[in-house]
Amino acid sequence: MAEIREENFTINFGPQHPAAHGVLRLILEMSGEVIDRADPHIGLLHRGTEKLIEYKTYLQALPYFDRLDYVSPMNQEHAFALAVEKLLGIEAPRRAQFIRVMFAELTRVLNHILNLTSYAMDVGAMTPILWGFEVRELGMELYEAVSGARLHAAYFRPGGVAVDLPAGLTERIAQWCNDVETFIVDMERMLTGNRIFRQRTVDIGVISAEEALDWGFTGPCLRASGVPWDLRKAQPYDVYAELDFDIPVGKNGDCFDRYLVRVEEMRQSVRLMRQCLQKLPEGPVKVDNHKISPPPRAEMKQSMEALIHHFKLFTEGYHVPAGETYTAVEAPKGEFAVYLIADGTNRPYRCHIRAPGFAHLQAMNKLSCGHMLADVTAIIGSLDIVFGEIDR
Amino acid sequence: MTDELAEIRRAAHRELADHIDALAGDHVSRIAISGDELSLEVPKDGLVPLLMFLRDDGACLFKMLVDICGVDWPEREKRFDVVYNLLSLRHNLRVRIKVAVEEEGSVPSVVDVFSAAGWFERETYDMFGVRFDGNPDLRRLLTDYGFDGHPLRKDFPLTGFVEVRYDDTQKRVVYEPVRLTQEFRVFDNLSPWQGPELLRVRESLPGDEQAERKG
Repeated sequence: MAEIREENFTINFGPQHPAAHGVLRLILEMSGEVIDRADPHIGLLHRGTEKLIEYKTYLQALPYFDRLDYVSPMNQEHAFALAVEKLLGIEAPRRAQFIRVMFAELTRVLNHILNLTSYAMDVGAMTPILWGFEVRELGMELYEAVSGARLHAAYFRPGGVAVDLPAGLTERIAQWCNDVETFIVDMERMLTGNRIFRQRTVDIGVISAEEALDWGFTGPCLRASGVPWDLRKAQPYDVYAELDFDIPVGKNGDCFDRYLVRVEEMRQSVRLMRQCLQKLPEGPVKVDNHKISPPPRAEMKQSMEALIHHFKLFTEGYHVPAGETYTAVEAPKGEFAVYLIADGTNRPYRCHIRAPGFAHLQAMNKLSCGHMLADVTAIIGSLDIVFGEIDR
Repeated sequence: MTDELAEIRRAAHRELADHIDALAGDHVSRIAISGDELSLEVPKDGLVPLLMFLRDDGACLFKMLVDICGVDWPEREKRFDVVYNLLSLRHNLRVRIKVAVEEEGSVPSVVDVFSAAGWFERETYDMFGVRFDGNPDLRRLLTDYGFDGHPLRKDFPLTGFVEVRYDDTQKRVVYEPVRLTQEFRVFDNLSPWQGPELLRVRESLPGDEQAERKG
């Protein structure tokens, strides 16, 4: 009998693979079915956002943030809006702050629906994604109602939000909150106790709290490892400090815990949205400074002053005083931050974007070593990878 | 509400700055608190010991390296700043560390201190061409295989140098020099009736002197 020699071989996973959640090229060195080394090659979706922003005014730079993590656009606008506000030394009016928090939480729900259901599909469950997308589509109609766009909203602006809520939207949001809760119950019934789902996720891709910190994990991935850290609680921005919500924390730091944390976060987000609806004050939705936010359209027809302001704002933009800031928000995927350097002109000197998924994907080798090939999809799914933000 | 929080954070930063100055002052060349953010300027050889101190000292415990990025200042002698952002979960504080480095220079890698540094250093190398001594895997990260140049440098044009397209006769992707059907124009709009060369060069615009003369 000829001697059978086992050799290591290399698998090229992606760049086009449905379970890669985008354009990820993962080079896997295998010994048999077991992974020896995983080397993610990223940058296939690199568009040079940071470079482009250096050539745009502050207002023109904002829509790029929708296009980073394209499943949670408003959270990223939030980070940029807060950073610019900080450098300008202004604060959005209270109504705008409530609207921003409400839509940030709505976005978190949309993001988690997409992630959890497609993650379930990666490990073999087809139904949740079909149910989830129905609810998600309804949620995106709320986006459309408020900004005119389902995805790339460009709704949060430095100094407030673009326009006030249209009439009747609050009732629709309240109704949607109920829909989401029903959906969460349905989804949990299908997944949480499901034997196959558990077999695919429990004890897969375990990372301890110390390792998670060392690797720069944030958001649900960090909390699943048992670290109770959430920027909405620890470094509250806008009106989060006035709202009541809990931070779910996992125990084992495996794929299943990351799932559980996200499910509970959706419930908490709904709770936050309800509080925002309840407390939503009347008032303006952008700062009353026409050097920063445009005057009302009607006023422009009458007032020369308003017309000049409008013209100057949309050609020259506003000048931001020289300074720098690192402003972070708790995006659905983790800490999303903008490191903004202003040099006193109308355009950012440097705008670095800190994407949570970047740090998570980096730990891919650490998480998947010693696991089977099929577990790679479960791990990628549980990390909530979106290439828009990783490649920038 | 926010002002209160900012004030608390400012006080904590002052305390922390004194603490760092007392115990690791010889690694730090400048401590600055601007607004409610603390930033330290550090010479190259002070970086690794300072990060170890910040990570392990009881009053600091900056256990997480959140971010590394580069900044290009072409007019400076040491052209690049490498900026490290650390987060302390225990004390709920952030600190920013800046290391200046010349164009051909390199910075010691901090992969041994924080595992998260690996990709961030690769990205900074890719985008700015700053080398990190001791990084075990300093390949390009975001740009194309075989890419030439460092795109986030200020002297790198926004349009780049090469463009790619799929060539149907050769059945593969080909690289060609960038050809724009319309000339690339920069609208800085600093003043709607002026050209772009004014940007970041002139402090005042023509006509401003009239306003001064009046007063």
